Amino acid sequence: MTGYILSRLGQAFLVLWGAFTVTYLILYLLPGDPLSIMLGASGIQPGSLSPQQLDVLRAQYGLDQGVVAHYFSLLGGYLQGDFGRSLADNDPIRQLLFARAAPSLELAGSAVVLSVLAGCGFAYAVSLVTWRPLRQALTRLPALGLSTPVFWTGLLLIQIFAFDLGWFPATGNDGIQSLILPAVTLAIPSGATFAQVLLRSFGDVWREPFIVTALAKGLSRGQVQARHVLRNALLPVFTLIGLQIGNLVFEAVLVETVFARVGVGRLAQEAVLRQDMPVVLAIVTLAAAIFVVINLIVDLLYPVFDPRITRTPRVT
Amino acid sequence: MSSIRDLEETPVPAPVLESVADAPVSGGVPRLRPSRFKRTAVTLRPLLARPGFLLGAGLIAFVLLAAAWPQLLTGYDPYATSEADKFLPPSMAHWFGTDDLGRDLYTRVVFGARLSVAAALIAVGIGLTVGLTLGVLSGYLGGLADEVIMRAVDVMLALPPLLLALALVTAIGFGTIPVAIAVGLGIIPGFARTTRAEVLRVKILPYVEAAKLGGAGWFSVLLRHVLPNSWGPVAVLTTLDFGFAILATAGLSFLGFGAAPPAAEWGTLIADGRNFLMTTPWLSLIPGLFVAVVVFSLNHIARTIEEL
Repeated sequence: MTGYILSRLGQAFLVLWGAFTVTYLILYLLPGDPLSIMLGASGIQPGSLSPQQLDVLRAQYGLDQGVVAHYFSLLGGYLQGDFGRSLADNDPIRQLLFARAAPSLELAGSAVVLSVLAGCGFAYAVSLVTWRPLRQALTRLPALGLSTPVFWTGLLLIQIFAFDLGWFPATGNDGIQSLILPAVTLAIPSGATFAQVLLRSFGDVWREPFIVTALAKGLSRGQVQARHVLRNALLPVFTLIGLQIGNLVFEAVLVETVFARVGVGRLAQEAVLRQDMPVVLAIVTLAAAIFVVINLIVDLLYPVFDPRITRTPRVT
Repeated sequence: MSSIRDLEETPVPAPVLESVADAPVSGGVPRLRPSRFKRTAVTLRPLLARPGFLLGAGLIAFVLLAAAWPQLLTGYDPYATSEADKFLPPSMAHWFGTDDLGRDLYTRVVFGARLSVAAALIAVGIGLTVGLTLGVLSGYLGGLADEVIMRAVDVMLALPPLLLALALVTAIGFGTIPVAIAVGLGIIPGFARTTRAEVLRVKILPYVEAAKLGGAGWFSVLLRHVLPNSWGPVAVLTTLDFGFAILATAGLSFLGFGAAPPAAEWGTLIADGRNFLMTTPWLSLIPGLFVAVVVFSLNHIARTIEEL
């Protein structure tokens, strides 16, 4: 078991390093002239500068060192928790992220909880419906939630609950009141995914032999569903929570933009619009880190919920 | 998903296709293989019995037509501004209403289809070509090639796809094409995985072995036997990813990374209408509903094909 944990930890670090490297390559090697993008992001006209001034700026941005040295100096900084400075206002990026982390974590956390509860609750309710046409229609409903652009759902909810009914504020982040609409918006696509997977998983588990045993012992369908089916069917959903975080990160960028919330997602949108490369690198790496860590936790917790996998011989 | 197997499993209404379905199987008489047209017809028949599928397919056909010849579907100019006609609600003259410059919104959506569909096609094209190549190489060659490719794919799968898209758009700039490329990169790993699994399944089937023993070269076995029989799940994934690509490009252009005005993708239309949400909600809600319905149709089509 210790060996397994160590190898998963090593793998997580490797993926994280891969994420940083790929993002670095995309950001700093793909553009023909990173300096002019960076100057643009800092609000300086490249044409107005003399070659000497350009050299000074190039040194300031660390672009004079050559790609390899620049890469390793950035990587060294990241390992020590120093993400560099934003091009636009020269603030340390760590400070920018810290100031915006709390509202984003609030939003993402409540969306995850909400999507798991709503998705699983929906699937459970549908599985109890016995009238076939209704059941079939309800089974298709999660696909609709997945097909709707998340920013559009946000606009629709603002229109209905903020402008028409006036129940919640349309934008901003003060308190629980302003968190509800964005959290619901963000929870819909993930919740729909959970519902879809759980519904499929219900179908699979009902065909397992131990269900026949349970029914043969005289349990009612409802009892079997609650005691035997649900616990087994939830396992794929558990794995999926980790994977859904990846989509959630991008959707959070959209939702924070729609609801004009201060947060890391908005920061990402603004940084991309300004082509503020160090900020984009920091946010992508950080999001990848969160994604990797959560998936690591899910993987390590999995044997707790499903002891079978530690007992079966490993095939690969 | 071989067509012959489909033929035998599909319940066929007897009177219409008796020549195909009721062909004598017994008695040792070798059954003639029906023509390609008839086989296709038999495969497609159960689809025609599903109204939901037809509705979705009709809408997708409309969208593709809009992308190819937008002029056919609307009489207005998408860029013609008219001060007198601004902010008109939906009516018979302006089906989706008009925007803040008096432009017909339905026309803008129809013309927006060109950019949005092009972006989705490019994205899926990249994902399909690169993913298919990687998957086929990995599955068919095996060994070291498989090992290297699948490790790379694992790393890509371990990253949230649209995050890399943000980085890519920062680096290569804004517009429909960069956004499409960025989305396309994100769907490569899924295609590679699916194709590899299918190729692995097909390549050990007896007829592939027979073809190899018959002296066919590896490339022709791949091209004539393995690929045609592995496309089923890949086709489903393509349809699903087409919907995903539409959503993702709409999201990226909503954030302001898409085409420059006055050209407008669907995402841009929704973003533009957002400024007038309080007074004229239809400006962003109608294009958004349109996108949702299109993606849902693609989703439904993919599911129907999968169930077939």
